[in-house]
Amino acid sequence: MKLSTKLLAATAIVSASAASAVELEVTHWWTSGGEAAAVSKFAEAWNATGNTWVDGAIAGSGGTARPIIISRILGGDPMGATQLNHGRQAEELIEAGLMLDLTDVAEAGGWADIVNPSSLLDSCTLDGRIYCVPVNIHSAQWLWLSHDAYEKAGQPVPSDWNEFVASAPALEAAGMVPLAMGQQGWQQNLAFGAITIAVAGTDAWREVTVNKNADVARGPEYTAVFEAVANARELARDSNVQDWNQATNMVITGMAGAQLMGDWAQGEFSVAEQVEGQDYSCLPGLGLNEILDTGGDAFYFPANDDPEITAAQKELAALLISPEVQVSFNLAKGSLPVRGDIDMAAANGCMQKGLGILADGGILPSGDQSLSADTQTQIEDLMAEFWSGDMSAADAQARYADLIAAAD
Amino acid sequence: MSVVEDGALRGATGAKRPSRLFRNPMAKIASIPMILTAMVVFVGGTLWTVVHSFTGSKLLPKLNWVGFDQYERLWDTPRWLISISNLALYGICSLILTLTIGFILAALLDRKIRFESAFRTIFLYPFALSFVVTGLAWQWILNPDFGLQSLVQGWGWESFQFDPLNNPDIVMFGLLIAGIWQGSGLIMCIMLAGLRGIDEDIWKAARVDGIGTVKTYVRIVIPMMRPVFITSLVLIASGIIKLYDLVVAQTNGGPGISSEVPAKYVINYMFQAQNLGQGFAASTMMLCSVIIILIPWAYLEFGGRKNA
Repeated sequence: MKLSTKLLAATAIVSASAASAVELEVTHWWTSGGEAAAVSKFAEAWNATGNTWVDGAIAGSGGTARPIIISRILGGDPMGATQLNHGRQAEELIEAGLMLDLTDVAEAGGWADIVNPSSLLDSCTLDGRIYCVPVNIHSAQWLWLSHDAYEKAGQPVPSDWNEFVASAPALEAAGMVPLAMGQQGWQQNLAFGAITIAVAGTDAWREVTVNKNADVARGPEYTAVFEAVANARELARDSNVQDWNQATNMVITGMAGAQLMGDWAQGEFSVAEQVEGQDYSCLPGLGLNEILDTGGDAFYFPANDDPEITAAQKELAALLISPEVQVSFNLAKGSLPVRGDIDMAAANGCMQKGLGILADGGILPSGDQSLSADTQTQIEDLMAEFWSGDMSAADAQARYADLIAAAD
Repeated sequence: MSVVEDGALRGATGAKRPSRLFRNPMAKIASIPMILTAMVVFVGGTLWTVVHSFTGSKLLPKLNWVGFDQYERLWDTPRWLISISNLALYGICSLILTLTIGFILAALLDRKIRFESAFRTIFLYPFALSFVVTGLAWQWILNPDFGLQSLVQGWGWESFQFDPLNNPDIVMFGLLIAGIWQGSGLIMCIMLAGLRGIDEDIWKAARVDGIGTVKTYVRIVIPMMRPVFITSLVLIASGIIKLYDLVVAQTNGGPGISSEVPAKYVINYMFQAQNLGQGFAASTMMLCSVIIILIPWAYLEFGGRKNA
């Protein structure tokens, strides 16, 4: 039964592609060097099927690109496919019937069995139907350490967050900034999230972020979190940079001891030709709690009247998750693949650590998947205020709990 | 001025009632598209926004009424309150300083100095740059490691500290410097045109009466330049309310949220946070603040004249 469905779908796809070559415009915001290289892997694979990939890169971050993408879909000028972070960003577009239902492609490809962790597929699912293809996994809970800085300070490289905090005075004495931190709300929120999972543990985190339990957010676990974050704030006091890659550069050049940043920071280290374990170290889960969240990127396919384009969209959806494309794309991007059944031997040390954690099931849904964009923005505003000023940990905790209580 | 008014008055009374609406029919027909645009786009768009600010619209506009919830949340949000006070600070300082600097520069140029046109070009040049370019340029100039601070320290004044963009307490002054640098040239040109419009005989008369130069400016010339000041005021005020791109380019609201402005709050909550209702409520409050300033001014400017 299942095999026959697969075969049927495969024939359908083959006949569709044989019928005609279709141009699909794909919008995304992958414009940095490594990201552009990764997108070209998709484009090559798609062009190899005889269709044409029309690249619609939008410069700027997701915050810039998302409004453009959404207004094009709302304005009746849908693109063939578009990148979005999976999570709740497209929820209303799906409810309004503007996104193509991919359930048949997913069933034919057996996505339910191959996508690991399955939460990625869950966040593409609304009322039992699947609307997006997850393409990669990015996790945020990483501590990047500069060996150079620790050598200068005459200290061993820490193996977890607590050791890092203990070593901070030595770094300061040697004239370095202990913690590099870009002065932007999302980075400060990312650091807060990473410290939360390390300090409060996954149960408390899940209760607050997924179940939106404000009582836990007011409780002792989170008091410890906010004290740790207030402490980290002092360690990052002299870090005046804005963008995350400038902060990463402080770690690369040994001006700062460490940075809390997602796994995409690795791209910067490899561009600077640094070697993992020799020039820098990475500690997933800050070395305390080896758990990663599983945010990432997904492709959505806006609904279209033209059956030819719809067929091509489904073909592209199946292609994006196919094993070869997953390997080539994720190696170029430095992210983890969404399927556990492929060979990633070419990945470097940090990626292998991530793959290991993924295989052991040490995973959490990302904040994007649990909290609405509205709540996320409010928390980012709070974090921006907290990190740049002198707000007390108790005040910040109270305000955070209020935001969680009001979250939708 | 009074002659024109009398003429208009005579025309209106002479033409009687029915023709008032149908006078110059072609001109009125020709302006119908513009009137429609103004009604539909401006008035219609404004009403639509105000109506939707009472709904719980998220990514898509919906008519699920929530009463004043969006406004309650807005006025409980620290970021909004900071935005308002930042705008007030920026607005007052920018208004006073731009007018003062613009007038002083214009008065200096008006003293028939040599190379006047060269100076005029130099002062006006910043206005040719967009706010985004201005913001970026001043972000670099005020960067403590490469800009002004390191330059002065390099000259030997080691303890010199000027790092407004990384200090939450004075970051608004960093923005203010850039804003004034960009805007005062235009005001200077308008003022200069106003000064040139003052009759030479008035200066001669003042000189005959033995009135000093500064006193002539303050007592005679400035009161005569009232329309020029009004024009400048409107230009500066509209620039203040829509302050957005300068902030985005120069500080992006940072450090933290200490240089946020209302327009940025609106954009962020409408698009990044996907909460249209909240963004609409904030933009309605911006509209209210404009109206509160505009109505008394319009009353004084246009309503007062009829009584006089």
